[in-house]
Amino acid sequence: MSEIIKSGRVQADEWTVLRLAEGDDPAAVALPAGRVIVPLAVWLARRDALHAQAEAGVLGVWLAGNEDPAVLAGDLSALALIAVDFPKFADGRGYSIATLLRTRHGYGGELRAIGDVLRDQFFFLLRCGFSVLQPREGKYSAAQLEAALASLRDFSEPYQGAVDRPEPLFRRQPRTPLHKEAA
Amino acid sequence: MYQYDEYDQRIVDERVAQFADQTRRYLAGELSEDEFRPLRLQNGLYIQRHAPMLRIAVPYGNLNSTQLRTLGHIARTYDRGYGHITTRQNIQFNWPRLEDVPEILDLLAKVQMHAIQTSGNCIRNVTSDPFAGVAPDEHVDPRPWCEILRQWSTFHPEFAFLPRKFKIAVNGAREDRAVIQVHDIGLDIVRNAAGEQGFRVLVGGGLGRTPIIGEEVAAFVPWQQILNYCEAVLRVYNLHGRRDNAYKARIKILVKALGVTEFARQVEEEFAHLKDGPSTLTQAEIDRVASRFNDPVLSALEADAGYRAQLVADKAFAAWARRSVRGHRVAGYASVVLSLKPYGVAPGDLTAEQFDAVADLADRYAFGEVRSTHEQNIVLASVREADLHQLWQDARAIGLATPNIGLLTDIIACPGGDFCALANAKSIPIANAIQDRFDDLDHLFDIGELEINISGCMNACGHHHVGHIGILGVDKNGAEFYQVTVGGEQGNQAALGKVIGPSFAAAEMPDVISSLINNYIDNRQDDERFIDTVRRIGVESFKTRVYAERSARQQAGESAHV
Repeated sequence: MSEIIKSGRVQADEWTVLRLAEGDDPAAVALPAGRVIVPLAVWLARRDALHAQAEAGVLGVWLAGNEDPAVLAGDLSALALIAVDFPKFADGRGYSIATLLRTRHGYGGELRAIGDVLRDQFFFLLRCGFSVLQPREGKYSAAQLEAALASLRDFSEPYQGAVDRPEPLFRRQPRTPLHKEAA
Repeated sequence: MYQYDEYDQRIVDERVAQFADQTRRYLAGELSEDEFRPLRLQNGLYIQRHAPMLRIAVPYGNLNSTQLRTLGHIARTYDRGYGHITTRQNIQFNWPRLEDVPEILDLLAKVQMHAIQTSGNCIRNVTSDPFAGVAPDEHVDPRPWCEILRQWSTFHPEFAFLPRKFKIAVNGAREDRAVIQVHDIGLDIVRNAAGEQGFRVLVGGGLGRTPIIGEEVAAFVPWQQILNYCEAVLRVYNLHGRRDNAYKARIKILVKALGVTEFARQVEEEFAHLKDGPSTLTQAEIDRVASRFNDPVLSALEADAGYRAQLVADKAFAAWARRSVRGHRVAGYASVVLSLKPYGVAPGDLTAEQFDAVADLADRYAFGEVRSTHEQNIVLASVREADLHQLWQDARAIGLATPNIGLLTDIIACPGGDFCALANAKSIPIANAIQDRFDDLDHLFDIGELEINISGCMNACGHHHVGHIGILGVDKNGAEFYQVTVGGEQGNQAALGKVIGPSFAAAEMPDVISSLINNYIDNRQDDERFIDTVRRIGVESFKTRVYAERSARQQAGESAHV
């Protein structure tokens, strides 16, 4: 069982991420038992069959970096969990995908970062609307993961608006012109 | 210049703590080389030929004397006694130890400086006109806009891992001195027919391996919307820019692949959702940022009779003034360019003592402020005319008054193969050899305005494509050779130079430049500059002259050995 970061704490997780192997047929691949996050291709191929499981909160969908979140626009109310995959931590497409899901499409369910999820990107991931961070299994020891929670709070008052705090700093806080400060 | 408030300071302090911890984890083996690399790059730290190189941000080139003294201290304590001004107005140190970097960043934070996003695949230091705020041809001061963009782009969570680096430049003057046409986003402050202020937006310019002049994607974006519009551009790029090949990952390649019309359509579609959103700017915010620049209040002075008398009486002073003194918005004041191109020194280098001395000059003559330029010189923005003669004497005493600004020996050069791990060839010795060839000042003045730009590899940090004469270091079977372009130009007429033919050995370069210059002198009309002659008669005649004289030299060399 892998560990995730959720609500500022390390928690045990019971979801399985299904990744297709070469040659797997999205329409026919067997789903593991229990709660499962399926690739978008599986969801699109079997939406009708999987809909009830999604509604029951035991099935989620993950998007790859080249997949347009708009294709899920009609399914968002049914999905309690959407994940976005980071094939490499330096591949930043997932930040825009998450932002679009939250701001453009109004997705309010669990948004999970999966794949090459590292502590030095936690702060950015949270700001873009991810609610759950799932580092690759075995990447961090329990102690390292606890220590990594500090990275959730790298910066206390970021300048620009993002999903977590839509207003930029100049709207959130009174920032003073120089002459007033001097007076 | 801009003065931090408590929030600016807190962000920089938090960065120092964050990077100190990242460095500690790297040194302890908790962070792999691959995991640490983007983190250190986004903090300006490269691993170079000899040692790490630390690139410090100088936002749109603005520095004060306290910062200069800190840079001098860093040069003395952590480096080998000098620093280097880059072609993006930043400052680099070539010899710090990795272990010392957190301490250096801590020193910088104490004087409102940092190394945030000076490298890596993120939004880089915003650059602008070194004469911003004082240039006579300026209609809007670009600095508050640069600062607003700096704050917006600093740790922007969505755009921290772009396909490739991303550079923004802003111009607010009639003559573009920020080279906005060769930036990923070039912003030109304009007014529309109704007299409202906004931005003409160029996208997809850049030098490097595939040099391209940026294209207009929006003729007018109202100023309130500029962050929303930039966000739309960046989002389209972040989602669709190529990530499979670093050489094809810049936004210019995406714009070319889609065509500018389709690219602009996608940006407009995204912008429609962002328009009037929370990032929309307000007049109060613009005014607040502008107020924090705390510029000296200058009132017009009588034209200084002493200055005019000194110009007549002192020929050496007059020669310097002709090259280094520029007009100012306020009567009785001038802007001064200090040359970092004395002969025999790497272009753009300053010693620790010079950092201190420039700080003293700034305090004495220029309200404590200086600007770094992308031509790798230093500007004192506001100097009283009455002080110019004394300033010249003081600058001369510290080796910063070579009267060559804008002339052949005011060469732009990257650090090249002497320092940079990416370089194919050395840049600095070529610059120095050319400076040696043209060391006669009268000859130099006669040749007139000419820009020679040298890059040690196709990444083009020396901006060779837009030099009137461009020199590019190339690798030919393991040997260092140099390809020459002619006809490049920066500014409003920005153009990319044309390659004249096969490359040359290092030792040939002064002769090649001589051939080009002689062809110009033989063909020029009246006061025509080198670049004007090239435009009028074409590159071909220059090419013919260079290779004919080269053949003659080679034959002479062979017969001498018979």
